[in-house]
Amino acid sequence: MGYPHKSHERETPLLSKYFGDAEARTLDGWKKRGGYQALEKALAMSPADIVNIVKESGLRGRGGAGFPTGMKWSFMKPGDGKPHYLCCNADESEPGTFKDREVMRWTPHALVEGCAIGSYAIGAETCYIYIRGEFTEPLHWMEKAVSEAYEAGILGANAMGTGKRIDMHVHKGAGAYICGEETAMMNSLEGRRGNPRIKPPFPAVAGVFGQPTTINNVETLAAVPDILMNGAEWYKGMSLSNPKSTGTKLFSVCGNIRYPGTYEVVMGFPFKDFLYDVCGGPVHGRSLKAVIPGGASVPIQTMEEAEATLMDYEGFVEQGSMLGSGGVIVIDDAQSMVRVIARLARFFAHESCAQCTQCREGTAWTTKILERIRDGQGTMEDLDTLIDIAENMTGTTICVLSDSCATPVISGIKKFRHEFESLIVGKRIHAVTAAVA
Amino acid sequence: MTGIKSPDLASHDGHDHEPYVRVFEGAARQELDVLLGRYPTKMAALLPALWIVQRERGWVSDKGMAEVAEVLELTPAYVKGVVTFYTMYHQHPVGKYFIQVCTTSPCGICGADDVVKAFLQHTRTGELGLTSDDDRYTVIEVECLGACGFPTPVMINEEFIESVSPETVPEILAKLQ
Amino acid sequence: MSEPKMINLMIEGRPVSVPEGTSILEAAKTAGILIPHYCYHPSLPIPGVCRMCLVEVEKAPKLAPSCATSVAEGQVVHVHTERALEARKGVLEFLLINHPLDCPICDQSGECELQDYTYQEGRADSRYHDPKRFNPVEDFGGDVLYVPNRCILCTRCVRFMDDVANDTVLNVSERGDRALIGKFEGKDLTHPWASNVIDLCPVGALLSKDFLNKARAWELDRAASICPNCTQGCNIMIETRDNSVARLKPRPNEDVNKFFMCDYGRLNYRWMNRQDRAEAPLVRMNGVLSKSDWEGAIHAAASIIGNNNVFVVASPMLSNEALFLLSELIEHNSGKGAFRVATGEEAPLPGVEDLALRRDRAANVVGAELLGYTRMENPLSDLADGAVLIVADDDLEGLPADQIARASAVIVIGTVLPAGVESPAVVLPIANFSEEEGTFTNLRGRVQRFTQAKAPPGLARPSWLVLGDLLGALGAQTSFFLPGDVFANLAASRPGFAGLSYERLGLRGLPVVDAMAGAGQ
Repeated sequence: MGYPHKSHERETPLLSKYFGDAEARTLDGWKKRGGYQALEKALAMSPADIVNIVKESGLRGRGGAGFPTGMKWSFMKPGDGKPHYLCCNADESEPGTFKDREVMRWTPHALVEGCAIGSYAIGAETCYIYIRGEFTEPLHWMEKAVSEAYEAGILGANAMGTGKRIDMHVHKGAGAYICGEETAMMNSLEGRRGNPRIKPPFPAVAGVFGQPTTINNVETLAAVPDILMNGAEWYKGMSLSNPKSTGTKLFSVCGNIRYPGTYEVVMGFPFKDFLYDVCGGPVHGRSLKAVIPGGASVPIQTMEEAEATLMDYEGFVEQGSMLGSGGVIVIDDAQSMVRVIARLARFFAHESCAQCTQCREGTAWTTKILERIRDGQGTMEDLDTLIDIAENMTGTTICVLSDSCATPVISGIKKFRHEFESLIVGKRIHAVTAAVA
Repeated sequence: MTGIKSPDLASHDGHDHEPYVRVFEGAARQELDVLLGRYPTKMAALLPALWIVQRERGWVSDKGMAEVAEVLELTPAYVKGVVTFYTMYHQHPVGKYFIQVCTTSPCGICGADDVVKAFLQHTRTGELGLTSDDDRYTVIEVECLGACGFPTPVMINEEFIESVSPETVPEILAKLQ
Repeated sequence: MSEPKMINLMIEGRPVSVPEGTSILEAAKTAGILIPHYCYHPSLPIPGVCRMCLVEVEKAPKLAPSCATSVAEGQVVHVHTERALEARKGVLEFLLINHPLDCPICDQSGECELQDYTYQEGRADSRYHDPKRFNPVEDFGGDVLYVPNRCILCTRCVRFMDDVANDTVLNVSERGDRALIGKFEGKDLTHPWASNVIDLCPVGALLSKDFLNKARAWELDRAASICPNCTQGCNIMIETRDNSVARLKPRPNEDVNKFFMCDYGRLNYRWMNRQDRAEAPLVRMNGVLSKSDWEGAIHAAASIIGNNNVFVVASPMLSNEALFLLSELIEHNSGKGAFRVATGEEAPLPGVEDLALRRDRAANVVGAELLGYTRMENPLSDLADGAVLIVADDDLEGLPADQIARASAVIVIGTVLPAGVESPAVVLPIANFSEEEGTFTNLRGRVQRFTQAKAPPGLARPSWLVLGDLLGALGAQTSFFLPGDVFANLAASRPGFAGLSYERLGLRGLPVVDAMAGAGQ
């Protein structure tokens, strides 16, 4: 369901089926809708079989990187005598992305169930759901769902009466975008500054509390129960383009679009139809200029690129961007790209953890130059400097926040150079920032 | 207006207690003990413990940090390093209503700046980060609240309000009275 | 223990073979290649944050942080390719955009790694035209001043306090480009080893208050030495300006002090610059102490000693060489030697095994014991009536003056005139340890050399030279032209020191092998 709007006929609602349905939030309501059958089924299977089904299904990480989930789970060596941990990444903070929020708000038990299955599959007795501090409402529903699940014996020392232990705790973040980076999240969970860690060691070897850990996105884990119930073939069958991208994907659409909201389509759905048909296209009297299709960290697409895109991991790459988190930011012709990019840079400068030199200094410097250009104080040399700084910030740091800041700068200057230049030479382009009706 | 109702930050002190009144006594201590059981290390309870301090006192003072350090067997300097990393812990007293307006690009292109202006004007705080003379309001810009489809999302204390426009600001503030 | 597996790789075209698990940065060091770096320090955990040590590894898609990348068999590493140089140039530019570039008034200037690498690999200009970040200077307590504007956030100081001193008083505060090193109000850098953060800081962000604005790094003369302030024997560098000790710095020695020295040792150097020194040989003639030449003074002392019973009160700050020659004199005149030691509280550095500011606050307590001196609370209590008392650089402060009167005569061999000696017969002025060469034996029996850092005042002479001459005047066979000659004699005649020589000791020292068993510990 294209929450907050009613479902569009071309959507394929699986995860979003009960968005807006308040009853689905409760344990009883969830059970009425077939909830916890997958967990029951899973606990009767061997962990290895679950991992295989997920592997088979082609499910890939929905947080941004798109790493095959089953393969990630298979890195957790069973019987190594160490405590294993599952961390659910609910630190959704990528500008443009608000899909996990809806999953947690409307179907918290889907996530509890997915987390429980994931925990069992990787041999973890403890699962932490790390929710960003600003998500007070998702936090409320998740805490409620977890405590309901404990009370019903779904979680705890004797999960579903199977004698298996599955503990689950909701952990509240405190305002740091970078904690969505998996190693930063582990540090934050341990009570440290949310600084990303150098890899190796990889989380599956030494993760949170130094123990083997798997970190999965909310949407990824919430997709698991359906896969277990319906089988890998069913999930794999949902693909309109590349067989490496399977299933459905939640896209949260925002910016200058008629019907912003969260939509669910099958992988490979044509982006053009999605934007103009499913999401209603531009608001009245405007035309679309650019799209940032996968959250603020991915390259900006021109409309030409966007309209040629098939919505899957490979499709976005073919058209000069990335699927990322599925946070689609739509920008219309009333906006100044310089303003948009400068504000994104400010976001990254604000969120840089301060560890790596390039990121700490580069994000702030980039912001200063962009804001200067925005205010009509830029020079042509600034554009070269920006590109050079951005290149120095790419591929040189511990995590990719630095790259994320560089990406819109490089793609923005490359694809919308005229907007920068006109601000520099004095011909201000018409930029409206007021909300469009 | 969706979102859960949360109580006002009841004890919005605005100053250090002299002598210091400990947070982790009685119920709060029990709450912390439950939290400690969830993690293999005491340090892991740091973020939750700081949340408790902020809930009880409205902000996290130096003395609050020192108390957290003591109960979790950390040093105050360590705790301070963590507190200053995360933006949601108030290191200074803030208004009774702490208003955070998202202005990151997706909201920015949908008019968030005007929402900020409206809040500054109607709360009479005048400037970002300052608290109004009656200690009621503090308005800040916040980075992406993760509700970009509902521009402009605003957080007032623990309450999340979607789709705020400059026109709805007075109404929202009136409800706080 | 099994032999570690050796990994072979090429770094800058040079074949390198190092144990498995070694970082590329350390491996490069073995080939004589210094990969520029800031956050990495061999004594600290590796955060890999400064990104300065990026190098190109063939077949790797990204540049590798050489501090945090382990060597692999057959790896080909390039330090100076265009790509690696460009990346490091970028890092340097980033580090400098908010840096005040105030080298002319910065104490670190001349020994600053930001300066060094910028000259070596950085841009000649800056493209940064925006306002710089500013934060005020902060007193971190202890001897440490923090200048945040110069800070490059390498976090060496934080990691030292966390992991080596086990006293987390520093943190990284804030984030993004607002980040800076912080501490908690009222909790200062008072740890007894805290000042090491000043040495660890690669730039001018952490400065010594004691050394503040005292000298430019390039004006200092440096001499390898041993900290004389306790029995640990930390290897140090004495840095002087205009024949005055300006500061002490630790000198790395893996076996003794790693890279560190304590604050007590570091700051306890002013006595080396004392102005009220004994500067000329003095001889009592007709009841009046008058200046003499060296030959006259030595002969006067020798004639007083003659064949009399002697009693030596020696300072445990004297070198092995001086104590050895004195012990020869004691043997010659069948006398006795004793010493006393000032003590204080022990202060270990938790992160380094067997490293502490020791209770005994003198350099050569073990040397004195090995050479036959008796440790006493009051060394004068053993002074027999009528013996000749030789006071060898003990200031006699706090000892009962009336006991001195038991001596038939008092000969002072020292840096200052001791308290309570009404009428020394002869005063032979000697150099203090910073003004001469010699060796100390530390509490683990390690013999370590120190070299001369400054000139002695007036006519004062090195202790070994004075004592050698005195022995000669007493009829012993001595011909010492260098302190090494004295040490050779010591090594030949005292079994514990057998086989040791200045050449073998080098500047890192060697342990006295069997002697410890007999040291009465």
